[in-house]
Amino acid sequence: MDWVNKHLQIEPINTSIDPIFPVENAIITHAHADHAKPGHKNVLATKHTIEIMKIRYGENCANNFQELSFNSPLNINGVKVTFFPAGHILGSTQVLLEYKKDKINFTGDFKITKDDTCENFRPVNCDTLVTEATFGLPIFQHPDPEFEINKLIESIKNFPNRPHLIGVYALGKAQRLIKLLRNKGYDETIFIHGALEKICNYYIQSGINLGNLSKALIKGEKKDFNGKIILAPPSALKSTWSRRFIDPILSHASGWMSVKQRAKQSLVELPLLISDHADWNELISNINNSLAKNILVTHGREEALVHWCKKRGLKASALSIQGRDDSGEEI
Amino acid sequence: MREFSQLINQLILTRSRNRKIELLNHYFRNTKNPDRGLALAILTGNLKIKNISISKIKEMIKEEVDPELFDLSYDYVGDLAETIALIWPYNQKGLVPKLSFIIDELESSSSTNITRLIKKYLSIFSENERWALIKLLSGGLRIGVSTRLTKLSLIHNTDIKISEIEKIWNGLEPPYLELFKWIFEKGVKPKIVVEKIFHPLMLAHPVEEKDFNKLNPEEFLAEWKWDGIRVQLVLFNSKIRIFSRTGDDISHTFPEIQNIENDLVVLDGELLVGNGFTPFKFNKLQQRLNRKKVSKNHLENFPAFVKLYDILFFKNRDLRSLGFTERRRILLNWHNKVQNKFFDLSEIFEFKTWEELINIKSKKLNKSEHEGLMIKRKNSVYISGRPKGHWYKWKNDPLVVDAVMMYAQRGHGKRSSYYSDFTFGLWDKDTIVPICKAYFGFNNEELDILDKFVRNNTIKKYGPVREVEKKFVVEIAFDSLDFSKRHKSGVALRFPRIKRLRQDKPTNEVINIELFKKKFIHY
Repeated sequence: MDWVNKHLQIEPINTSIDPIFPVENAIITHAHADHAKPGHKNVLATKHTIEIMKIRYGENCANNFQELSFNSPLNINGVKVTFFPAGHILGSTQVLLEYKKDKINFTGDFKITKDDTCENFRPVNCDTLVTEATFGLPIFQHPDPEFEINKLIESIKNFPNRPHLIGVYALGKAQRLIKLLRNKGYDETIFIHGALEKICNYYIQSGINLGNLSKALIKGEKKDFNGKIILAPPSALKSTWSRRFIDPILSHASGWMSVKQRAKQSLVELPLLISDHADWNELISNINNSLAKNILVTHGREEALVHWCKKRGLKASALSIQGRDDSGEEI
Repeated sequence: MREFSQLINQLILTRSRNRKIELLNHYFRNTKNPDRGLALAILTGNLKIKNISISKIKEMIKEEVDPELFDLSYDYVGDLAETIALIWPYNQKGLVPKLSFIIDELESSSSTNITRLIKKYLSIFSENERWALIKLLSGGLRIGVSTRLTKLSLIHNTDIKISEIEKIWNGLEPPYLELFKWIFEKGVKPKIVVEKIFHPLMLAHPVEEKDFNKLNPEEFLAEWKWDGIRVQLVLFNSKIRIFSRTGDDISHTFPEIQNIENDLVVLDGELLVGNGFTPFKFNKLQQRLNRKKVSKNHLENFPAFVKLYDILFFKNRDLRSLGFTERRRILLNWHNKVQNKFFDLSEIFEFKTWEELINIKSKKLNKSEHEGLMIKRKNSVYISGRPKGHWYKWKNDPLVVDAVMMYAQRGHGKRSSYYSDFTFGLWDKDTIVPICKAYFGFNNEELDILDKFVRNNTIKKYGPVREVEKKFVVEIAFDSLDFSKRHKSGVALRFPRIKRLRQDKPTNEVINIELFKKKFIHY
């Protein structure tokens, strides 16, 4: 794979995947801020990714946008580009590149678990697999999300006088959590922080029913939030904004919440282990299913996955991509 | 086991002290004997399963999980019990037994069978129960619940005072049937055997010169804070038991200290080594600590004695409710009478004004013998723990040096996942050599800065240890400097801690090791 370098730049067509600095040609796997940056000249992405980028960065955040649907190969100067759903958030894609009989698949951020708010993951065969490794340690084994939703519903029953303030990423996690609650029959109004509004509306327009949402404004009394669910970006949980709630139960929906000491550090009382990334078992089952002989590991805890691959006779190495540190943020 | 694991899971995630007390109280009231008593023992660190050790647990897990994957995971999580709970690869159906049944089985297992039993349990347990089991086996829960808080939760909503619990606590044993009967079923207060137990020490709050104006000097006495180890002596029946500050019996480490009196006497003092009641430096005493065998050489060259501070019991009488002055009078009379060559009275200073005391300190303080001064309220009763307003410690100002960060490692417990354990060094010609490790003294914001620096400036990894770019200067405070053969730099700092971050300071302004020795080693 001498035609793609370690900065994920596809040399024959001078195109980069999820570049962190403005470039001539970029393929964007999904609209999270650490993958989609504004300022590129030409962007190739899914329809949803492009639309969400425009909502977040403005209509002109790139000079040209080109949409590509799933399963529809596009030939650019001898390099065949095909998108397959990554199941991470709405619009997220894997990128399969074929050049002179060589097949490389970039998973981008992905999860295999079913998610009603996005196109679900599809396995892809390839020679070289570039896989993410956000949860690339065997301690990460995400439970069934329904089990976690039950925990939340149970807590609302047990603490009807305390608002349940849940930290969620504004794009993807918030909408998925709402959808999971709705699927469980929770039909009360769910309150949201202003930062979540635009993306929630976009999901609704895209045909994902999220039920009754309302901004968490203080119009009536503070106690109106008792026993209610309020979603906010994690940063807002520690800001003055959160002072409008009396004695809230702090919660955070994230794959990191499996580590109790981590939850405790972030003052979370009700950890919800709901992740939009593959856990250890999904990471290794995807490596197996891809039939790839060469594995490149990026974006997370690479060492363990590289070790696991090598033990099974696969060629594997870590790709450290600039701008993706392991500070423990799951986006 | 289910209830206990749920309890500690709720406790670790609860922030409010009152809610923790309520959770514990609810558990103790609604759980049957002997389970609740065993839970109490675990929470207060009084349950030790023999035949198992942390290293054996690690060995066991590496038989079932790829050792490298385990090490990487453990380094990430920073807590052994959690790592094992999360990584355990088997899940079998089975009935989860009661806590008391599990502990019985563990305690009656031979050292060859115990790991098999633990593996069986891990496989039928839920993740939370696995976590609780390993916590129970390894001791030290680290869930943000102190022994004190646990005791407070027992007497929550009763008329019983915490001091009543503290006074009998060390005489009680799991599963604490009499204790629960007394507290929850209006039974009689448990009786204890005074001469067999350690009575928790009274501790002091730090004080500085600027705080003196809030205190009336006439209400206080002062004495040296000797630079040894604080001990409690229990004399009875021509025998003596020596307890460390934490209640460990260390009598065997200092066999030369003898008693021929029959009466029960419980004393508080500072154990030192030296000649004719003149102490040697602390590092001489340190050589005698934590040794299984006492060498002849040590007994001859570093003989031990005790500077007496206080008396707690005399002839079956509990003196702790008397004032300090009164207890000292009894101590003085007793000491004059017995003439034991291992006991010396710690000198008391009376003073009318704080200036007088400051004067005493500046004239008489000897840094190699004294850690500072203790300032004790004349009428203070002896209360276990660290009660407010009675005793103060006025410590010597620490020594400081600016040093460069060299290596970092992730911390444990509440600091797991943060790079919070550091090695610092000084110049030796044109390289930097390590002088100490330090892992506290900073606040959360400073920890964020340090952690971020490590992540962004790693130049090499050695397993869990990261070597960083040598450009971050930190001010280290320490109590003294000694020569040491164990360390590459030839020196050992006592009690090093991070005082201030000095990112502003360039590395070339850090002093070299020879200058450092010259400057500080005479203390």
